[in-house]
Amino acid sequence: MGHGLTFDVAHLLAGGLVLVSFLMITQHRLYALLNAFALQAVLLAASVAWQAYVQHAPHLYVTALIALVFKAIVVPVGLHRIIQRLGIHREIETVIGAGTTMLVGMGLVALSMTVMLKVTPSADPLAREDLAFALSVVLLGLLMMVSRRNAVSQVVGFMSLENGLVLAAAGARGMPLVVEISVAFSVLIAFFVIGVFLFRIRERFDTVDVQALDRFRGERR
Amino acid sequence: MIVSASTGIVAILVIPAVSAAILAVVPGYRTSARLNVLASLLTFLASLSLFFGDRGNDGPYLFVDDLNIAFIVLNTFVGFTTSVFSASYIGHEIETGRLTPVYLRFYHAMYQVMIGGMNLALASNNIGLMWVGIELATLTTVLMVGIYRTHEALEAAWKYFILGSVGIGLALFGTILVYMAALPVVGEGLGGMVWTVLLTHAAQFDPAVINLAFVFLLLGYGTKVGLAPLHAWLPDAHAEGPTPISAVLSGLLLNVALYAVLRFKILLAANPGAIAPGPLMVTLGLVSLLFAAFMLYRRRDIKRLFAYSSIEHMGIITFAFGMGGPVANFAGLLHMAMHSLTKSGIFFAVGHIAQIKGTQKIADIRGLTQSHPWLGWSLVTGVVAIAGLPPFGVFMSEFLVVSSTFAREPLLAIPLVIGILLALGALLLHLGNLAFGEPSESVAPSDASYVPMVVHFSLVLIAGIFLPPTLVAWFRNVAEILG
Repeated sequence: MGHGLTFDVAHLLAGGLVLVSFLMITQHRLYALLNAFALQAVLLAASVAWQAYVQHAPHLYVTALIALVFKAIVVPVGLHRIIQRLGIHREIETVIGAGTTMLVGMGLVALSMTVMLKVTPSADPLAREDLAFALSVVLLGLLMMVSRRNAVSQVVGFMSLENGLVLAAAGARGMPLVVEISVAFSVLIAFFVIGVFLFRIRERFDTVDVQALDRFRGERR
Repeated sequence: MIVSASTGIVAILVIPAVSAAILAVVPGYRTSARLNVLASLLTFLASLSLFFGDRGNDGPYLFVDDLNIAFIVLNTFVGFTTSVFSASYIGHEIETGRLTPVYLRFYHAMYQVMIGGMNLALASNNIGLMWVGIELATLTTVLMVGIYRTHEALEAAWKYFILGSVGIGLALFGTILVYMAALPVVGEGLGGMVWTVLLTHAAQFDPAVINLAFVFLLLGYGTKVGLAPLHAWLPDAHAEGPTPISAVLSGLLLNVALYAVLRFKILLAANPGAIAPGPLMVTLGLVSLLFAAFMLYRRRDIKRLFAYSSIEHMGIITFAFGMGGPVANFAGLLHMAMHSLTKSGIFFAVGHIAQIKGTQKIADIRGLTQSHPWLGWSLVTGVVAIAGLPPFGVFMSEFLVVSSTFAREPLLAIPLVIGILLALGALLLHLGNLAFGEPSESVAPSDASYVPMVVHFSLVLIAGIFLPPTLVAWFRNVAEILG
C-alpha cells in the first residue's frame, strides 16, 4: 500500500461511524441518541470530504456539506424541538435488551466484514474496506429500526442506515449521481421529520409510540 | 443527453411533470379532474407513438427496448383509465366531505408525479435513475395513502414509509455494489451505471460481487413488489388510501418494482459465473403465493381482500420469472399484463361499491347483483377472472405457468397448484356473500362511470379468447431477452 496515510485516515473515520452506530443501538435516552446521531453525521461529513480529497472528486464536497449542515445540525435540532414539545424526552423502551442488541450488532458487523471482504478480493482495498464498514452501518441502522418502537428513534435509525449508504456511495470511486442521491435522501428525511411533526400537530395520536398506532388497525378482532 | 432519445420518450416524462405543476395551482376539482384525464390520455398517446415512431438511440439516461415498451404502454394505459375512474370517484368524496378541494389539488398533482416517476423508472437506461424514479413514485403514493388523515390512514402511510424506505435503502446498496462490480471492467464514471453498457460487459464482472448485489436488489425492490415476508405495508396501504390509488398501486407500482428486479436478473444471467437467480425468486414467489392464499380466507375488509390477492399474483409472476425459459417467461409477462388490467378493474368496482354501501366491511356488503346489477355482475366478472377461471386471460397465463412447471419441475408444481386452488376457493367463498343473497340495506342508485371497468374486463376477456399473433410473437421475443 503506497499511500499509508490515505488508507489509515479513511479507515479511522469509517470505523468511527461503526462505533457510533454501536453507541446508538444501545442508547436509551432520546436526547443522547440525537447527540450520537449528530456525531455520526459529522464523522460521515469528514469521511466523505476525505474521499473527495483522495479521489480528486470535488462534487463529493457537496455531499459532505449536506451531511454536515443538514444531518449534523438541522435535523438533530429539529428533532430536539419535536421531542421537547411532545414531552417524550424520558426513557425509550427497546424490544430486546441492551446486551442482546449489542451481541446481535456484533454478529451483524462480523457478518458484513466476512461477506464483503470475501466477496471483493480483487477490488481496490480502500474501497472494499469502506464498503464493509458501510454495510455494517447499514445493518446496524436496520437493527435499530426493528428494535425500537418509538417513531422518532425509528427515524434516527433510518438516517443512520442512510449514513451507511452515503459512505458506500462515496467510497465507490467515480460513482455518478452521488450528490443527487444524497439530496434525494435529504428530501426523504425531511418528509419523515415533517411526518412525525404532523402526527403531533393533528393530535390524532396521543403518543408517537408505534405500538399505540397498532390499536387503530383497520382489522382488529 | 436527452437529445439522443426520441420525442415520444421525452413526452411521457415531460407531460406528467408539466401537468403536475399546472394541477397544483388549478382551483376547482371538476376542472382539475378533467385536466388530469386529459394529461393521462396525452401521456398514453405519447407512449403509443413509441411503437410506431423512431425509438431513437440509447442514451446514457433514457432508452426504449422491447421489454420496457410493454411496461410503459401498460403503465400509461392503466394510468389513463384510472384517471377516468378517479374523476367519478372523487366527486363522491367531495360530497361526503372526506376530501376537501385543497387536498384534491394536491391529490391530482401527486397523481401526475407518480405516473411520471413510474415512467422514469421504466424508461431509464441508468440504474441510478431507475432507483430515483421508483423512490419518487413510492414517496407520492405514501403521501396519497395518508390523504384521508384518519388514524388508520396515517398508520398505513407511516408503515409504508418505514418499510418502503428500508427497501429503497437496500436497493441503493445493491445498486452501488453493481457499480463496484462494473468498476474494474467499465472504468470510472457514468458508464458503470448505464444498463446497456453493463449488459455488454456483464460476462467479465466478478461473479461474487454481482451475486451479493442481486441479493440486496431482490430484497430491496422485492419489498416494493410486496413479496412475503416483506409485504407488511401492502394490505394497509391498499385498504386505507383512496381507491384509485389502490388500483394504481396493485396494477402498476408492483409491476414497476418487479421490472427493476427483472433488469438485474438479465444482468446476472449474462454472467456465467454468477448464481442462478431462479431458485431465489422461485422460493420467494411460492412463499408469497401460499401465504397470501391462506390469508385470503380470513379477510373482513374488501380492499384488504384484493390486496392479499395482489400479493398472491405477484408471487405467481415472480415464480414464473424465477423458473425462466421461454414458456415460463412468456407466461409471466402475460400474467403481469392480465393481473394489472383485472386487478385495477376490480378496484374500480370496489371503489364504487364501498362508496354506495358506505363501508368496506365484507360482512356488510351483500346481494350486489340484485341491488346494483351493473356493479354486482362486474365484480363477479372481475373476481372470476382474477381467480383464474376460463375464459379470461388470467386463466391462460396461469395455465401456462402451471403446465410449464409440470413439464420441468413436477415437484414445484404441487405447491403452486395448491396455492392457486386455495386462493380460488377463498375468492369464490367471499364472492358468494358479496354478490348474491339478500341485498344489504343501502340500495341507493349509483351514478358511477362504468366505462373504465368494462374496458378493462373486456380486454382481459378478449385476451383469454384470442391473443393477436403479433402480440404473441412480440411477447415471445421479450421472453427470449429475459433468458
